[in-house]
Amino acid sequence: MMPDLGKYADAVLGSYLASFVLMAVLVGLSLWRGARVRRALAEVEARTQMEMRAGEGKVDG
Amino acid sequence: MSLWEYANPQKFMTLSRRVLPVVTALTVICLVTGLTWGFFGTPNDYKQGSTVKIIYLHVPAAMMAINAWVMMLVASLVWLVRRHHVSALAARAAAPVGLTFTLIALATGALWGQPMWGTWWAWDPRLTSFLILALFYLGYIALWQAVDDPDTAADLTGVLCIVGSVFALLSRYAVNFWNQGLHQGASLSLDKQENVSDVFWFPLLVCIAGFVLLFVTLVLLRTRTEIRSRRLAALLARERMG
Repeated sequence: MMPDLGKYADAVLGSYLASFVLMAVLVGLSLWRGARVRRALAEVEARTQMEMRAGEGKVDG
Repeated sequence: MSLWEYANPQKFMTLSRRVLPVVTALTVICLVTGLTWGFFGTPNDYKQGSTVKIIYLHVPAAMMAINAWVMMLVASLVWLVRRHHVSALAARAAAPVGLTFTLIALATGALWGQPMWGTWWAWDPRLTSFLILALFYLGYIALWQAVDDPDTAADLTGVLCIVGSVFALLSRYAVNFWNQGLHQGASLSLDKQENVSDVFWFPLLVCIAGFVLLFVTLVLLRTRTEIRSRRLAALLARERMG
C-alpha cells in the first residue's frame, strides 16, 4: 500500500524517479556496450583463427 | 597465492565470470529489500515529514560517489607504480558509475533541499565540492576518450585522479573545515546523538550495502568490457598490419 507522502509527494517521488532513471541508463548502457564489444571480439577472433588455419594449410601444402 | 595474480587479464576474466552472478543477485536482493523497506515500511520524520524517505537514495549515492573516486585513486596508483593494465581499466570502468552516483546525490539533494531549505541549490561547502567532484568525473571520462594511446591516457587520467582526490575528500569533510552551511552533518555516526534513529538506520544500511554491491557489479561488468575492448583493438591493429 502506498504510504501517505503528504505535501512532499512530488519531492519524494521525483527523487525516486530521477534515481531509477539514472541507474537504468547506466545499467542499460553498460550491458549494451558489453554485448557489442563481446560480439565484435568474437567475430574478429573467428576471422583471425580462420586466417591462421589457412596459413597453416599453405605451409603444409 | 598473491593478489597481484588478478592483474593478469585472463585470471581476472575467469574470476569475475564466477563472481558476477553472485554479486548481481546480492545487489538485486539488497536494493529491492532496502528501498522497499525504507519507502513502505518506515514512518515519516517528525520534522522532515515524508522527505526523510529520500535518505535511502541520497546518502548511499553520495557515499559511493566519494568511494568510487577513492577506488579509482587506488587503481590509478597501482597503474602508475606497478603498470598493471587491469587496474587502469578498472579505474576507467568505475568513472561513469561514480559520475552517475554523484548525479543521483546532486539531484536527490536538490529535490530534498527545496522543501527543507527553501532552495534547490546553495553554494554550501559540501554541495560545491560535490559539484566540482562531478566536473572532475566528467573531465576524467573526457580525458580517457581524448587520448589515443591507452597507456598515455592511463598515465594522464591517473594524475588527474590524484588531483581530483582533494575534492573527493573535501566533499566528505568540507563541513568540518568550514562553516556548517546549509547541509547537515553526517547522517551515519558513532555518536548516538548525531546518528539517525534506528527505524531509519537499519533500512539505510541495507540500501548502502545495495549501492556498494551495485558499484562492484557494474565495475566488474565494465572492466570485463574494457579488457575485451583492449584485446579487440590489438587484434584489429594486427589485422591492419597484415
